[in-house]
Formats: sequence, C-alpha cells, structure tokens
Amino acid sequence: MVHCYKLNGYNIVLDVFSGSVHVVDEVAFDAISMYESTPKDEIKKTLLERYSHLEDVSEAEIDELFEDIEELKEDGKLFAPDVYENRAFDLKNRSTVIKALCLHVAHTCNLNCEYCFASQGKYSDNNEFSRDHDGHSPLMSLEVGKRALDFLVENSGTRRNLEVDFFGGEPLMNWDVVKEIVKYGRELEIVHNKKFRFTLTTNGVLIDDEVIDFANREMHNVVLSLDGRREIHDRSRKTINGKGSYDLIVPKFQKFVEKRGDRGYYMRGTFTHANPDFTKDVFHMADLGFTELSMEPVVCKPDDPYALTQEDLPIIFEQYEILAKEMLKREKEGRGFTFYHYMIDLEGGPCIYKRISGCGSGTEYMAVTPWGELFPCHQFVSDKKYSLGNIWDGVTNKDIQNEFKLCNAYAREECRDCWAKLYCSGGCAANSYHASGKVTGVYDYGCQLFKKRMECAIWLKIAQGEL
Amino acid sequence: MKRIKTVQTRDLKKSLKSGGCGECQTSCQSACKTSCGVANQQCEKCVSGK
Repeated sequence: MVHCYKLNGYNIVLDVFSGSVHVVDEVAFDAISMYESTPKDEIKKTLLERYSHLEDVSEAEIDELFEDIEELKEDGKLFAPDVYENRAFDLKNRSTVIKALCLHVAHTCNLNCEYCFASQGKYSDNNEFSRDHDGHSPLMSLEVGKRALDFLVENSGTRRNLEVDFFGGEPLMNWDVVKEIVKYGRELEIVHNKKFRFTLTTNGVLIDDEVIDFANREMHNVVLSLDGRREIHDRSRKTINGKGSYDLIVPKFQKFVEKRGDRGYYMRGTFTHANPDFTKDVFHMADLGFTELSMEPVVCKPDDPYALTQEDLPIIFEQYEILAKEMLKREKEGRGFTFYHYMIDLEGGPCIYKRISGCGSGTEYMAVTPWGELFPCHQFVSDKKYSLGNIWDGVTNKDIQNEFKLCNAYAREECRDCWAKLYCSGGCAANSYHASGKVTGVYDYGCQLFKKRMECAIWLKIAQGEL
Repeated sequence: MKRIKTVQTRDLKKSLKSGGCGECQTSCQSACKTSCGVANQQCEKCVSGK
C-alpha cells in the first residue's frame, strides 16, 4: 500500500509496509498513483498526453521510470506486501511485562480548568475536595507510592528502563510524597538493576526554587502546562478564585526551563473550539523562549462548548501546515523549535513491534489511583468498569485486560485500508472508547487530525534534510 | 534515479528481526497524554547506538 500526497510543492510517496519515503516528480507521482490499478500501457498513454508539454517525457523516459519502480519493488521499498497482519496479536503480546505507571499522586488541583478531562483533577463529578464518594483520600500516601514501584519492578521482567509519571490532579500538591517515592525508586534501582525515568506533569502554580532544583536533578522529563497566549490560557486555566493563571506560572516555567539545561521537557498546551488558530499559541510559547512544544486537541464530550467541530477541521488542517512551514523558516533563521507531533525520526523510529502494539495501555502501561487501584491508563480512571485490580493483588480483571491486548494496529476494520495505521498503531484506546463506546472502535475526528499531522511531519523532515 | 529520490528510513520488515526489545518509551507517557501515536517515538537501541 502506498500513500501519495502533495504538500508545499513536494510530491511525497509513503510506502506503508516498508516504512519507505520517496520524493518524486509529477510524472513519477502520477505513475506510482496509478501503478497497481492500471495497465502499464494505459499509464504510459495518460502520462504522454498529460505531460506532452515537457521535453523529457517520452516513451523511453517512461519505460525507464517503470524500471525504477520495479527496482524499488524488488528492493522492498515500494508496494511492499503486508507481512504483519496475521501476526499482529502475537507481535503485540510477545512481551507481557509492565514498564510504565502513571501515578495519580493527587486527585485534587489548585486550578479549575474548564475543559479538564480529569474533572478539575477529581476524576469524577464529586464536588468535594476532601474525600471522594467512596471515602478515598485525594492524596496518594507514601505507602501506596512505594508499593506501586514495587509492583512495577515485580512485573517488569528483564525490562531495565521503567517509566513513572507523577500526574494528577496536580502532583505538586503532594510534593513531599513525590520526593520520597523518587528516593525509594533510587534504592530499588540498585537492588534490582533497574533505571527509573521519572516524569512530572504540572500546572506550575506551586513551582519554587526547591521544586526546580529537585525536578531538574531527578526528573527525566517535565511536562509543563501552558495553553499559549495569555487570553487563551486565562480563558480556561483559572485559579479556584476564577482568575487567570498565566501571569502566575509563565515566569516560573521560564526559570524552570532555563535552569534545566539540556534535560528533557515539554511545554504542553491544549487547543479547543475557542482557538482553532492554535499556531499563534505555539508561536507565542516559542517567543517566550521555550523550544520543546506540544499542543494537543481537547478531549471532551461532543456537546461541550470547548469541543472541536467539523467546521474547525479545515482551519486546523491549515494550521498544521502553517506550523510546519514556520518551523522550517525559524530553523533557517537559527531560532528553531520542536513540536511533539512533528518529531519523527525516519531512521531511528519505532520498530514494527512498537508500531503494531501502540501505547500499551492496559498491558504494559497502567495508571494507579491515590488508593492503589489500577486502570488501563489515566483517561480511564473515572470509569469503574475499567478497574483492572490493585497494586497489591495485581491485575485481577483479566477480561478487561484482554480487551486491551486486542488493541493493535490491525484490530479495527475501519483501519484496514488506512495508510497511517503503522504510524498511529490504531490510535488512543480512550479516545476510541469515548467516541464509539469500544476501546477497539475508532475516533474518526482524531484520525483525520493524526493523518494531517503525519503528512506535515514527514514533509518537514524532508525539507529539513535539504537545509 | 531520475524522478524518484528515496529518503533514508528504517526498514520495517527488517525490524522484525532487530526490534522488539521493549526498552522504548511508552508512547503516551512523554507529553501528549491524550492523543497517542507511535510515529514520533524513538527506538531506544537506535538512540543509544548514536
């Protein structure tokens, strides 16, 4: 299967099953587009008519082009057959270890973001900031945190690198416990020959010098939430008193990142129906001096006023193109930045196992609530029927886990003819569930955004290679 | 080739033999948290081999 598309003056051919990328001229673009469905003599006739104004389009030239196409086919770089489909389940489930946990150290938050998928950090419609409907404390205890790391080590097999994300709510509201969990993790590393990669995801309100120093020493990655322009950010990311948080957090983030040196971080924003022109927010973040940027489409119910609409779609498509072009321009000017979804490593990207398996939610990645309950990922935490078990007894709800084992790039009939399936691996199970009622369903809106992002990312990579 | 320029990429079929170590990052863990894809992930072996 091939995907042929034109973008910014480039003709690009993606060969889906080999992962090959070709940049071609107009004649080759048309020939390859027709190659599998049209007899060669018809292709030749069409090309000779269509390009009669070009001196270098003759019968002999087209025969040479056909030879080149056949050579690429023989090399497995064009029209490569699908040799993975019948093995997809086994390729995904070859390994059954757990390698990443999202620790919900605080189911409470000091911001009141209107679009929050975690219901302002509480993961339910409970209005109390103290205990939830079941009497659970909103803060993870050190005992639960330590047991979560033990559980991860016990279930990680020979996997050395283990990931732990401190998430919420707002994890800095339980900062002392976070620090003690990290300390415990460092002890476990020595005993078990493991390496913990800790990530902190924060809204920034409680950042101070002590947080900065600790996080820059211990956190492999930090994710800092900022939506971009002040008026966009403040519209939804408000304090409990209803004031915007931009002026409070931006100086803290700048100091944090400046002191972080070359360690990993992301400025992570959310765009909604209120700002489909989100590139202005991305550029704003870049202009503030941040270089590692991520901007995600909002996840919410379709009837929410923040929800992206069909009318937003062409605007967003255009925005992704604007973003790619501006990134190239700024790189030429020596002030480049990275965008999470455009970080594509064509030579050192994921192997076929990863491309088929996807994010690993419910199998190799799980979320842990403050009281130690396991869920397939952070986006399922509010849904009791997706409870997998707990960190003491392990995964006991095997039926639900088996649903997630079935999630792979080949699990969905809708993806059968999609060129992007080995780039997205079938997509986000939570998005699919919320859109279709099934984790093996499809979130079509997200698919459309994803495909556009991939086209732009690959174009950008090609254009950057020519700088 | 006159009309086709092939960009250097990882051969997915060959990665059936070389891949699958499982040491790579979990896709959603790094930044997005809401819209998973794997295309922008890196292979741990390829990164450490650089």
